[in-house]
Amino acid sequence: MNPLRRFLRTPEAVAGAILLAALIAMALIAPLLFPGDPQAIAGPALLPPFQDWSLPLGTDRLGRDVQAELFHGARTSLAVGLAAAAAALAIGSVVGTLAGFAGGLVDEMLMRVTDAFQTVPSFLLALAFVSVVGPSLGIVVAAIVLGTWTGPARIARAEVLSIRERDYVASARAIGMHPLEIAFREVLPNALPPVLAMSSVIVAAAVLTEAALSFLGLGDPNRVTWGGMIAEGRAVLRTAPFLSIVPGIALVLTVLGVYLAGEGIVETTAVRRGLS
Amino acid sequence: MTRALILLRRRLVGSVFVLLIVVIGTFLLLEAAPGDAVDAYIVSTGGDAGMIELLRHRWGLDQSELTRLANYLWALLHLDLGQSVTFSRPIRDVILERLPNTLLLMVSATALSFGLGSALGIYAGARPGSARDRFLSIGSLALYAVPGFWLGLVLIVIFAVDLRWLPIGGIETLASDKTGLDRAADIAIHLILPVAALGFIYLALYLRMMRAGMAEAWRQDFVLAARARGLSRRRVVLAHVARNALLPLITMLGLQSAQMLGGSVVIESVFSVPGLGRLAQEAVAARDTPLLLGIILTSAVLVVVINLLVDIAYAFLDPRVGAGEAGA
Repeated sequence: MNPLRRFLRTPEAVAGAILLAALIAMALIAPLLFPGDPQAIAGPALLPPFQDWSLPLGTDRLGRDVQAELFHGARTSLAVGLAAAAAALAIGSVVGTLAGFAGGLVDEMLMRVTDAFQTVPSFLLALAFVSVVGPSLGIVVAAIVLGTWTGPARIARAEVLSIRERDYVASARAIGMHPLEIAFREVLPNALPPVLAMSSVIVAAAVLTEAALSFLGLGDPNRVTWGGMIAEGRAVLRTAPFLSIVPGIALVLTVLGVYLAGEGIVETTAVRRGLS
Repeated sequence: MTRALILLRRRLVGSVFVLLIVVIGTFLLLEAAPGDAVDAYIVSTGGDAGMIELLRHRWGLDQSELTRLANYLWALLHLDLGQSVTFSRPIRDVILERLPNTLLLMVSATALSFGLGSALGIYAGARPGSARDRFLSIGSLALYAVPGFWLGLVLIVIFAVDLRWLPIGGIETLASDKTGLDRAADIAIHLILPVAALGFIYLALYLRMMRAGMAEAWRQDFVLAARARGLSRRRVVLAHVARNALLPLITMLGLQSAQMLGGSVVIESVFSVPGLGRLAQEAVAARDTPLLLGIILTSAVLVVVINLLVDIAYAFLDPRVGAGEAGA
């Protein structure tokens, strides 16, 4: 059976793909459906959901349209999640390849630095980084990458260690290819599959970290974020809990979609080892 | 025993080196921050240019970056983390005051996620592919997708606001003069919600790892041998399959400790628990960089110590681990 058909026959994977597609659609149509500033005042403050059909999800403490904020928040979550994961995977595989291929002192140094990054709680590191450099979307992405590149680096290194002894690497050496060229053109591409298998976990972690940073007030102040919405709603948690609950549900569905779809892709493309 | 000692010594040397990288890296990162401790101090108290000059000199901030890094490392050797501007007290004292609350939260949450997670993992993995296995696998994945701080808020809405069963936050009832067991019970009641919020997220991790490990163990020859000997299914599951799947989970305990510490930053903020994480947030708000540096170092040391303990425990639990494999 080809991978696509196997994917479509796994109900969890399909559910994940639908959730992800919905999120991407939300992010893409947000500026069309809600042109203008989503943080502008749209109606009376603290309008409950399902009361006024021009504002179906109600308004927050300042009278901002919760639905518009939700759609625009999807853009931020998606952008940060994808950018952080791409950067973490790229940096991790380069560091891992260098360490594994060079061996010796270079390997030792790079792995101790990796250890150091894994020893500091990544959320604390992100918190410190954003507070030092100042909150903006790019900085938030960089702060998340600081704590997530280590996983891909370790996996890439382990993979490279097994690849570098193979025949085609030896023959590349024999024809006099530059070691760096061998590392990045012959070894790295072959070490990628297990690293890429981590991408869904990293995207999910990045989305959750971004939400937590925004919740603590360290997100980009010029953008709507789900974490920021939850923090906003917290001030009126007793009277209007839906303001915190709705963006949280969006977060859960997003992360769940990423996990399910990711797991589906890995399981249907990877060579199955035995039966389970 | 000697093997464990050799392993411990090797790990200690490596850890010191890693911690040194952490100190230097974090110091340089926080140096990049605009403004220093004197600026932060002057903002809160006021003072003229002469005062600023004097303070910079007294706190050694007019020296070069390298000199200050050397001074910082030298002070660290004496377990001196410097003076906190916001608290006007030694940073070490402030941290030591907050650390027990965070440790209590972390240990309880770890016990919850590890205990319940591995138990449910055994339950799911005992019959791979069954309905309960699928249900628990998907359920745990859904739980893993929940942001801890949001779960905390939902728990507050349900149990503290609507039902009024549990306190909304804090570590204990203020000014209640409770002592001994009464005080312990009071703290326990305050910890229920934060521990649940932090622990339930990571429960999924142990559940899934246990389940995966058991699926692997079912295919091993010794399990086949045990079944061939006619042992009851229950005995095979517990004594052979689950036992072998448990070891990797113990390693995970160490690896997860950094995550738990990071997660407690947000949870402590949601439940106003006066711990290390809340302190980190206060340090960020007050731009108290030396305090932030101290907190990051303390967490790193904590993570290193937890991992050392896990390694030692592992060496005792699994006789196959020799000193030879320890360096990997």
